[in-house]
Amino acid sequence: MLQVILKRIAIAIPVILIVASLTFFLVRMAPGGPFDAEKVVPPQVMKNLNAVYNLDAPLIIQYKDYMFNLVQGDFGPSFRYPGRSVTEMIFTGLPVTFELAFYAIIVAMIIGSLAGIIAAVKRNTLLDYIPMTIAMIGICMPTFLLGPLLVLYFGIHLEVLPVSGWGSLAGDKILPSITLGAAYAAYIARLSRGGMLETLSQDYIRTARAKGLPEYKVIINHALQGGLVPVVSFLGPAVAGLIGGSFVVETIFQIPGLGRFYVEAAFNRDYTMILGTTIFFSTLIIFFNLLSDIAVLLMNPRARSEA
Amino acid sequence: MSQGSSLWSDAWRRLLANKAAVAGGIILLILIFLAIFAPWIAPHSYSYQNLELGAQPPSGNFLLGTDTLGRDLFSRILYGARVSLLVGFVATGVALVIGVSWGIIAGYFGGRIDSVMMRIVDVLYGLPFIIFIILLMVIFGRNIWLLFGAIGAVEWLTMARIVRGQVLTIKNQEYVLAAQAMGVTNIQMFRKHIFPNILGPIAVYATLTIPQVMLLEAFLSFLGLGIQPPMSSWGTLIRYGVESMEEYSWLLIYPGLTFTITLFALNFFGDGLRDALDPKISSD
Amino acid sequence: MKTKHIPFLFIFALVSCGESISPVDSGLDAQILHFGNGSEPQGLDPHIVTGVPEHHLLISMCEGLTIANPKGGENLPGVAESWKISPDGTTYTFYLNKNAKWSNGDALTAQDFVWSWMRILTPSLGSQYPDMLYYLKGAAEFHQGKTDDFSTVGVKAINDHELRVELNNPTPFFIRLLSHYSTYPVHKETVLAHGSIDDRNGLWTRPGNFVCNGPMNLKSWELNKQITVEKNPLYWDADKVQLNEIRYYPVSNESTEDRMFRAGQLHVTNVVPLEKCPVYIENNNPNLRIEPYMGTYFYRVNTLHPVLKDKKVRLALAYALNRNQIVDKVSKCGQKAAYSFTPPGSAGYEPDTEIPFDPTLARSLLAEAGYKDGIDFPVLEILFNTQEGHRKIALAVQQMWQENLGISVQLVNQDWKVYLAREMTGDFQISRAGWIGDYEDPNTFLDTLRPNRGNNKTGWENEEYDQLLELANSTNEQSLRYEYLMQAERLLISEMPIIPIYTYVRQYQLSSDVKGWYPNLLDTHHPKFIYLER
Repeated sequence: MLQVILKRIAIAIPVILIVASLTFFLVRMAPGGPFDAEKVVPPQVMKNLNAVYNLDAPLIIQYKDYMFNLVQGDFGPSFRYPGRSVTEMIFTGLPVTFELAFYAIIVAMIIGSLAGIIAAVKRNTLLDYIPMTIAMIGICMPTFLLGPLLVLYFGIHLEVLPVSGWGSLAGDKILPSITLGAAYAAYIARLSRGGMLETLSQDYIRTARAKGLPEYKVIINHALQGGLVPVVSFLGPAVAGLIGGSFVVETIFQIPGLGRFYVEAAFNRDYTMILGTTIFFSTLIIFFNLLSDIAVLLMNPRARSEA
Repeated sequence: MSQGSSLWSDAWRRLLANKAAVAGGIILLILIFLAIFAPWIAPHSYSYQNLELGAQPPSGNFLLGTDTLGRDLFSRILYGARVSLLVGFVATGVALVIGVSWGIIAGYFGGRIDSVMMRIVDVLYGLPFIIFIILLMVIFGRNIWLLFGAIGAVEWLTMARIVRGQVLTIKNQEYVLAAQAMGVTNIQMFRKHIFPNILGPIAVYATLTIPQVMLLEAFLSFLGLGIQPPMSSWGTLIRYGVESMEEYSWLLIYPGLTFTITLFALNFFGDGLRDALDPKISSD
Repeated sequence: MKTKHIPFLFIFALVSCGESISPVDSGLDAQILHFGNGSEPQGLDPHIVTGVPEHHLLISMCEGLTIANPKGGENLPGVAESWKISPDGTTYTFYLNKNAKWSNGDALTAQDFVWSWMRILTPSLGSQYPDMLYYLKGAAEFHQGKTDDFSTVGVKAINDHELRVELNNPTPFFIRLLSHYSTYPVHKETVLAHGSIDDRNGLWTRPGNFVCNGPMNLKSWELNKQITVEKNPLYWDADKVQLNEIRYYPVSNESTEDRMFRAGQLHVTNVVPLEKCPVYIENNNPNLRIEPYMGTYFYRVNTLHPVLKDKKVRLALAYALNRNQIVDKVSKCGQKAAYSFTPPGSAGYEPDTEIPFDPTLARSLLAEAGYKDGIDFPVLEILFNTQEGHRKIALAVQQMWQENLGISVQLVNQDWKVYLAREMTGDFQISRAGWIGDYEDPNTFLDTLRPNRGNNKTGWENEEYDQLLELANSTNEQSLRYEYLMQAERLLISEMPIIPIYTYVRQYQLSSDVKGWYPNLLDTHHPKFIYLER
């Protein structure tokens, strides 16, 4: 298995470099530079600005310089915020987004798996239909619809939870986590129900039941593992989706996370920030995919031999 | 071959027995009909602003009310159906074409080709596509074809994996090996054996991808990057609705409901298709 | 199942720790103001930044020679406690307050101003506002690199507390100009300790390093979350300052900001969401503030375009717009229809220009230009930056031109940076624009449309207009000066290189706890006058 991991890492590195290069040229093709402002910048000032940030060198030279710095871990200065480096900004926003994603995943996994497992066990009864319908709503409702609705009800109507912020007011982490986790709870519910159903129809389950084991023991000792495998393998793609979802949630709830930084950087043409964040996210996703693959392998011996 | 046809009629029967799926399918047909004939059905223009009128709740003349510029909501929802369904179908189509071809080639030829192609898929899976889409939209402006392409490019990966998996399974069936031994050509093999058997999963997955695509478009519209006016998708209507949800709640309720019901219908229908085609789990 | 209880415990734990009293309530006793500041500020270097969020921060932490009078009118003394102007209006002598100090205790001297103005005029710094000081003798030449001897520039420290400034022309609005942050002093030792004089990336503005001379000090800066400033005991007027702290929140989403205000998390917001404004007006929301703002919303016309270079076409376009309908039915937030470029009421300036809503006249003008009933008129593009408000107005304009002139236009929205780039390079036909005054004087508007001004962007270059403004700037006598300016304005409106639409208002929500806050044409609310009381 170590070999598998090493191989994956070995592939990941060139991928990240390709992503970086692609993004570099993509961003430079965009019209509008980082220093364009409403009050027109006099040409000689523009010249000075471009010189300071090395924007007047030929593109290839800029690329070479950027890649060279990148390999040493230097993402460069932010173009939009003088005096701030991209690394600094990423590491300011990252912990926040991580925390948000973490709570969201916990919410999603707990609620989702529970709902899915119950639905599978109590198949085709009300305890199956109701959770699954709610799950469907979770999947079909856009985050930017759910968020404001929750805020409207809990924040303004009932006044029990704050409408924005992260870590400033008591309880301000609840609504964002639920909003972000909702869609994933829904997916996980369906996945775990499916996995659970499939496991429950296996032969060894029938054997266990035939042997007279009480139903709940059957579930916990045998079926649970099978029901949770699809959930774990979903974690990798889930992280990717959470990053996208975080843009919306961070905007609605005013959370100073990396997602919001990224969207603003894109609109502001903060070249280095865009590049740095993209590379960072890619690395993150690759890492999480690897983690979840390993977890699946560990949980499911059969998959191990197929690897 | 008789084996193939009874499989299909079995599946059809199961599908019809699934009430949710049938309801979903009917709703979809109605929606598609409304979308196609929107220009004839819509009572008002979707873009004409009646500034003096402003936002009005539903009344006789305006079935679902008007928005702040005095535009008829019902007509806008109808035209929005065209846009949203168009995005859904076309982008899924793009994903289909790329994903299916990729999966078939990888699965059928196997060996190194398969290895390399799926490795590429694995790698691409790890990329933050949302980021690229945002970047593309920001940089190249909002071109609707670019939107289709970008969304399609995100969704084809899973399609490729599923198709490849299915092709692999079929390839290793005995009758296929027998046919190969008998000297059947690749093309005939493809037409008679492989294609009919992957149609099922493709249909299922396509039906389930459409709502994903529509959600993605709505997400982009929220950031200001999706469909641009005067065309409005349901995503943009919802976005406007959220902004005025306290004052003019109908602007949110009706598009929101329509969007959610459509997604429901697509998901139920897709689920139903999947259950119908997959004999393992359907032991009711 | 016990695991079912975990989500509830989770929620319970998160809710129960911490107080549930709202920030607005707790801010009352502690004199802490919670301020919605729009977007994350670029930085705190007064010689580099360009925006409004930065303006709010800088007026609380630093001070120029004069400060804007919160109730309007002539500026109040700032660092300069008094000043003398020579009879010909070109020499100013400022007497600095001997109690003026930097926040680290150092005395503030005239030499600080000389060094600071040298810094902003240093070409390699790349400041985007050097032209605020171009009125000084020799400043433009120094900034354009024609000389690197700063002693040729008209600002000298006669002694520690006397600053002499020499201008090219009598510039009647010079005192007002001095409250703009680009003219603020910076602390030389601090700047140089963290970089050279022209280092844009110097860390001197970080909390812990930052030294300035205003009523507040920088306490903390959490990126994209909050900036906190606290009372500066060394400020020369510190006993007048009643606020203990101000917390600035960079909330860019309007709806979120609105919700925060309603939930008691903010004392003042940056804007009011478009949809909510008419509702708040109708419900007589006591927290709603709609105040005249020195700004004009207009459409810029590219006069180099083959069709648009005909004045008649431009006038036709302008006369075919029902401005009242736009402000009443589209923007709906108390804006006023604009019939001049300079907003009326700026420092007593009342332009007398008119733009009638006359579709018949408009059509005949268009016919005279050769496009009777809009036939053969090309489909033009209205360029605007992506924002709901701009779109709505553009849609209304599109419909009005269709109905009243028979012409079609296409709406093209781009995001901010692209829009700016296109305007700058003249790659547009008609583009939405807005201009906010930098200081309270009509010159800040009319100057922008002179030939060779970077902010002109219309391609319109009119000798007579240029001369009128030159004349206006060379006299000290107010009424004569305004006469020239009004003539220039009339000329401008008769040529219509820009089509005025409405005069801006500042719309925002203000808690009734906030006192010492007055409506102000430039939206400058100095923290030193503000306090909280219920």
